[in-house]
Amino acid sequence: MTATSAPPAPETAAGRPLPRLPWNRHLIAIAVLAVLLVPLPLILPPAQASVAVRVLIFALMSIGWNMMSGFGGMFSFGHAAYFGIGAYASAWLLVEHRVSPWIGILAGMVVAAAFAALIGFLALRYKLRGAYFALATFAFAEMLRLWATNSDFVNRAVGYHVPLRPEASWWWLQFEPSSPNYFWVALALTVVALVVSVLYLRSRAGQFTKAARDDEDAAAAVGIPVMRYKLLTMALSAAITAVAGAFYVQYFLFIDPDLAFGSSVSIQAILPAVIGGVATVWGPVIGAVVMGPLNDVTATMLRNPPAGLEFLQGRSGLDVIVYGTLLIIIVLVLPKGIYGTIRQRWFRR
Amino acid sequence: MTSPADQGHVAAAGDVATLDPDEARAPAGRAVPWRRIAVITALIVVAVVLAYVRSGSGVVVVQAVATGVLIGGVYGLIAMGLTLIFGVLDIVNFAHGSFLALALFLTFGLAQAGLHPYLALAVSVPAMFLLGVLVQRGILAGAMGKPLENQLLITLGISLIIENALLLFFGANPRSVPLPGDRGVPIFEAVANLSRILAFVGALLLAGLLYLLLQRTRLGTAIRAVAANDTGAQLVGIDTRVIYAVTFALGTACAGAAGTLVAPLVTIEPTTGALFNIVAFVVVVLGGMGNVVGALVGGLVIGLAEQLGGIYLPGQSPLLSVFIVFVLVLFLRPQGLFGRSA
Amino acid sequence: MTLLRVDGISKSFQGLRAVDEVSFEVAEGSILGVIGPNGAGKTTIFNLIAGALRPDSGRVHLAGREITGHTPHQVTAAGMTRTFQLMRPFYSMTVLENVTIAVLAGGGAKRTARTAAAELIDRVGLGRWRDAPTEGLPTAALKRLELARAVASKPRVLLLDEVLAGLVPAERAPVMELLEQLRTDDGVTLVFVEHIMAAVMRLSDSVLVLDLGRVLTTGAPEEVTRDPRVIEAYLGEDPHAHA
Ligand SMILES: Nc1ncnc2c1ncn2[C@@H]1O[C@H](COP(=O)(O)OP(=O)(O)OP(=O)(O)O)[C@@H](O)[C@H]1O
Ligand SMILES: [Mg+2]
Repeated sequence: MTATSAPPAPETAAGRPLPRLPWNRHLIAIAVLAVLLVPLPLILPPAQASVAVRVLIFALMSIGWNMMSGFGGMFSFGHAAYFGIGAYASAWLLVEHRVSPWIGILAGMVVAAAFAALIGFLALRYKLRGAYFALATFAFAEMLRLWATNSDFVNRAVGYHVPLRPEASWWWLQFEPSSPNYFWVALALTVVALVVSVLYLRSRAGQFTKAARDDEDAAAAVGIPVMRYKLLTMALSAAITAVAGAFYVQYFLFIDPDLAFGSSVSIQAILPAVIGGVATVWGPVIGAVVMGPLNDVTATMLRNPPAGLEFLQGRSGLDVIVYGTLLIIIVLVLPKGIYGTIRQRWFRR
Repeated sequence: MTSPADQGHVAAAGDVATLDPDEARAPAGRAVPWRRIAVITALIVVAVVLAYVRSGSGVVVVQAVATGVLIGGVYGLIAMGLTLIFGVLDIVNFAHGSFLALALFLTFGLAQAGLHPYLALAVSVPAMFLLGVLVQRGILAGAMGKPLENQLLITLGISLIIENALLLFFGANPRSVPLPGDRGVPIFEAVANLSRILAFVGALLLAGLLYLLLQRTRLGTAIRAVAANDTGAQLVGIDTRVIYAVTFALGTACAGAAGTLVAPLVTIEPTTGALFNIVAFVVVVLGGMGNVVGALVGGLVIGLAEQLGGIYLPGQSPLLSVFIVFVLVLFLRPQGLFGRSA
Repeated sequence: MTLLRVDGISKSFQGLRAVDEVSFEVAEGSILGVIGPNGAGKTTIFNLIAGALRPDSGRVHLAGREITGHTPHQVTAAGMTRTFQLMRPFYSMTVLENVTIAVLAGGGAKRTARTAAAELIDRVGLGRWRDAPTEGLPTAALKRLELARAVASKPRVLLLDEVLAGLVPAERAPVMELLEQLRTDDGVTLVFVEHIMAAVMRLSDSVLVLDLGRVLTTGAPEEVTRDPRVIEAYLGEDPHAHA
């Protein structure tokens, strides 16, 4: 126990102004970005516009993941569960009961939040930590996948095709494939998710969640009901990722158990945040911007492979290889992610 | 003034490793836990009886038990590798199944070239060992001691790369490796393929070899020392970096051997490894993370659970019952059947 | 009036009886010093009464209400807050953010929470570290942060686990003054574990001496330090050594 060498001289900060909080800056940045992005689908060629929609879906999934795993510190390896619940809830309501996808999105959010709270309760009740927690979340997503694959209730491995409508409709969330409306809807959803996450972080609940992440016992000792706020965070996180799943179905018009609950979906929720910066507001968005186009680049490459690699024509897998490589490099070289590193270098913290 | 133990850290009191009073009284791994073995055996007997009640057919149950035990031995071998890596390097290796998949394709390629599938062991085991060394030294060493999530993500990245490289080069169409002279062998009223029986025997032999290596050789002693306390091991002159690399490689070699052994039993696809990976995780948790003998027993239990689950939940994937067992174990006995120890 | 009453609490860790049938009472507005050699069970007693550990037997009453087996946040809500011997800050946050969260958790309004926290930080003498990240703060600052955070939740009873340890003598005086102020101005009841005998002698109304999990003796500070059993328990170690 060494004492501080600094003399205990001027010990007061009275009169020094309190530091400014970042929240308003974040909200302004979100608003500016949203306005700037509105004309994007009118400028981009259709192929690029669909990449932009994919970027937004990635961002939305990962904003959800980041809330629980980044800000909440509960590393989820099974966000496919919530993405899939969102996708299946909306598809099931639409195909089997002719319910509007808008209501389907809400239903998906509610079911996903409830499921997350249930898993969270069990995991926290039985004090699962670290590897055990990650494996438990993974197991629940896999269980849903297996159940969906073998249940007549949701059409087994076949999944659902969204029936095509004769004309475009906002109520049924269906437009011409090249319509900019898809981008605008995805943009609106992503912006809402970002705003919600900033407001949440600013709120009492968000502050308590971060405290509980840093030190659960210390948080409890100052009077924070840790379990309640962790569950709340998980539920919110699941609901946001469920929105991505529900929108995915309406955009791609198709869902099956692997696309919904497969472990690669969980990875797609993790990757943008890791690339951009875990536990930062902007990390998932920046990561998604990096990831989205890669998909397109590799697809083009496999359609016209370079000389010497012709045998790869029509094959798949290259995109995921690139993701995997990126993941390893980022974790080893930039563990705070792109935005996290920049923020650390350029700003004080 | 302050004692070295972090006593403010009350969470440690609820830590999974110290939960069990039995473990505290009898330090892990010394005495044979007869009582627990008896309980597990009793549970298995009950499960078998219930399966009989449910199906009403003796043949079905005997068949399930035979198939379950046989494949369970292979699960055990795979899980031994995984649990060894966890016990020594503290890494949850998500890439374990993809090493198995690599060995499957390697075996396929060698069989295509005319080699007997089991002779492929002579290639797949050293190849996976070598790859294990390279991966550990080249990639994972840079993340030793970092938060668990980092290592999880890195091994996940490795598995994505391997699995999709296989997909890229071999395509998604399923392949198979027929075993020359394979036939059905009657076991009581049931029938098991010779390839399945040989895989079981081979897996048990290799598991036994691994056990001997860990218990009887200098290398094994060093590995166990590092697992118990790596700073301590370093102080007595063990080069932990070498041990980490060798242990990881031993683990991947187990996956490689298992890959060759099961090649005649499974459809060979890039995703086949992922299935084994999932099962291996379940087995590892069941056996107690880091507990090598536990993994072997856990493998048999999970093999049985998978097959009997098919009887309880007809129409559902057998994997579903594996996961149900998994979740129950995670919540009710997170330290596994035999607690954690190497 | 008795504010905190502990009746025969015990706790064993794998056969080791860390706390053995310990009973004591603390009157409202008083200061109880708890002393005892390393490993005597002082921190464990805090863990038991603050809800971090569940006692094997015995009961704890706070202001007449039984709180045995309550969770830590329930105990804090009931009016008793503890500090940690090994400091446990919210490491990703600044000092100000740490204390603000405690103010909020204690029911403080969001608008005024930061100002209230800043005042508290000045009061414990942490002012010049107010906006510093907690990572890398010196021990002395972290100890005071523990104190500020605990006070922020407006407790009636404050359990302090060696808040003076790691401070140089010049730094101790203001903290001791603060503790006295907390009692006289804020009416807080204090239970504090301390090895520094000068502080124990100066602050305590009464002293509880623990050894091997048991209460060795209890009484006024002067009586207790003269007790030969107490000197024996410190194994020849002069209880005044730290002063
Ligand atoms: N969570 C725990 N698990 C096992 N043993 C524990 C645990 N917490 C404390 N102990 C043991 O209980 C005994 C009492 O410990 P405690 O921390 O209460 O002592 P203390 O009086 O606070 O000592 P110090 O002056 O060093 O802080 C010690 O022998 C300690 O090793
Ligand atoms: Mg102590």
